[in-house]
Amino acid sequence: MKINEQTKKLDEIARQVRKNIIEMLVQAGSGHPGGALSACDIMVALYFSVMRHNPQNPQWRERDRFILSKGHSCPAMYACLARAGYFPLQELSTLRKIGSRLQGHPSKTDGLPGIEVSTGSLGQGLSIANGIALGLKLDRIGARVYCLMGDGEIEEGQIWEAAMAASHYHIDNLCGIVDNNGLQIDGTIDEIMSPNPISEKWKAFGWNTIEIDGNKMEEILEAFAEAKTIKRKPTVIIAKTIKGKGVSFMENAVEWHGKAPSKEQAKVALKDLESS
Amino acid sequence: MVEMKATRDGYGEGLVALGEKNPQVVVLSADLTNSTRASMFKKRFPERFFTMGVAEADMIGTAGGLSLVGKIPFCCTLGVFASGRVWDQVRVTICYSNLNVKIGGSHGGISVGADGATHQSIEEITLMRVLPNMKVVVPCDAIETRKATIQAGEVSGPVYIRFGRSPVPIITTKDTPFILGKAITMRKGKDVAIFACGIMVYEALEAAKELDKKGISAGVINLHTVKPIDEEIIFKAAKETGAIVTAEEHQLSGGFGSAVTEVTVKQYPVPVEMVGIKDHFGKSGSPQELIQDFGLTRFDIIKAVEKVLKRKG
Repeated sequence: MKINEQTKKLDEIARQVRKNIIEMLVQAGSGHPGGALSACDIMVALYFSVMRHNPQNPQWRERDRFILSKGHSCPAMYACLARAGYFPLQELSTLRKIGSRLQGHPSKTDGLPGIEVSTGSLGQGLSIANGIALGLKLDRIGARVYCLMGDGEIEEGQIWEAAMAASHYHIDNLCGIVDNNGLQIDGTIDEIMSPNPISEKWKAFGWNTIEIDGNKMEEILEAFAEAKTIKRKPTVIIAKTIKGKGVSFMENAVEWHGKAPSKEQAKVALKDLESS
Repeated sequence: MVEMKATRDGYGEGLVALGEKNPQVVVLSADLTNSTRASMFKKRFPERFFTMGVAEADMIGTAGGLSLVGKIPFCCTLGVFASGRVWDQVRVTICYSNLNVKIGGSHGGISVGADGATHQSIEEITLMRVLPNMKVVVPCDAIETRKATIQAGEVSGPVYIRFGRSPVPIITTKDTPFILGKAITMRKGKDVAIFACGIMVYEALEAAKELDKKGISAGVINLHTVKPIDEEIIFKAAKETGAIVTAEEHQLSGGFGSAVTEVTVKQYPVPVEMVGIKDHFGKSGSPQELIQDFGLTRFDIIKAVEKVLKRKG
């Protein structure tokens, strides 16, 4: 497939995933739209182009692994998993409801296929990704590990412990992504606790860094392709994104970190996404 | 003269024995490789040993990741760091996902000695047993610690093993049966049952000898696995003796004694007296001075027995 055909196909999937996110949240009556929408294109690229995985055999040993360290963005992951064929699309409507496999934050123990590990307490995913990547190396399995973090999340100290370890152990089968949407619950990252300059920090910890527009499919695919070629050190993609991307009234709006749209707002959101 | 050996030595030996049996066993250490005796494994299997630096939270998460590709990781550090410092990592990454990660916490209790309160771990039983999926084991001597370590590697899911720094009496043999979750009756008695874990099992046995001279028949049960707790043996002891004493080198709130009483109240709410640390931090001193200062000797157990017998109807 030519590059532009490929990105067109992925952009269309991303548009559908964004619609799913809005529909899921309005039905759940709660959840986190902003970060799910900002990181949506990255997750679509991973599940529908970059990663080797098999929805019919989620435990395939050779699969690439995805760890959603910013667990609250799970509606985007759930929609990707369903669209990839891990479970029926109808199940998306059970998000956050009692008895659902689609917990408020990703749960490994509730049996949803495709969830590698429970996440949601921020800062813990990169260490887990390191461990998986080290284990794959010990077993000489050529699979890769992807770990998506938030730019607010990297205020957690454990991220930097893990950053140090990944570089210490030359974990080059690992690719981190920072969803750099610039906002956290309480305000902008610069107001609350600035992690800037982000790229320089990761470089100082020994990582290869790539800076991209994280809502541009072509740039996302190029970055993941480059990451695969880097040896002896881990790569992190600093993906500049727009929080709430695709929904006019949610874009760059702090208040849409963690609340669901009303039915009326959802109509506007879906209309925005239809015409995008 | 009773042979003395630190329980941490049993842990190190157990790791090596496991490593020989199972190539999936890996060991991680947060810069306390000699202190935890992980050094024994490191020497034997350097390719399966990971230094994690002074970064306990990252060690727990990395172990979680290693378990997700089929490894059986043991995380080694001091109990204070292995439980309290990384409690949320153990809660969310390990226990919520029910990952096959083992945590070895050395320097349990105040018998750590001169290092003082910051390094004396007296809350792990409480902190770890409250977590779903977690198993908690507190072996009584080096031989039992070796067995507990091996079994921890053989059962599935998270296990916390608490052991200590100072040499303590060897009171079991390599032939003493050991099964995680199954308590051991070390001495039979009809007037009172003393439940103990860790180094307090020896003190309980010594107390029972003294009590015998006074005409009191005290049973001693080595309840090495605090979770899952052996309910059957507790019910049986409560029913047969009608009085229980618990002994732990640990904070009383939510600890070992609390775990025992959570069982007794279900069927046989007999009087219970608890020996343990009463809402204090530790402090510097020699292990023996501290054991006395905090009221954790055989004489304190004897006093508790006399008290509970008065309460017995």
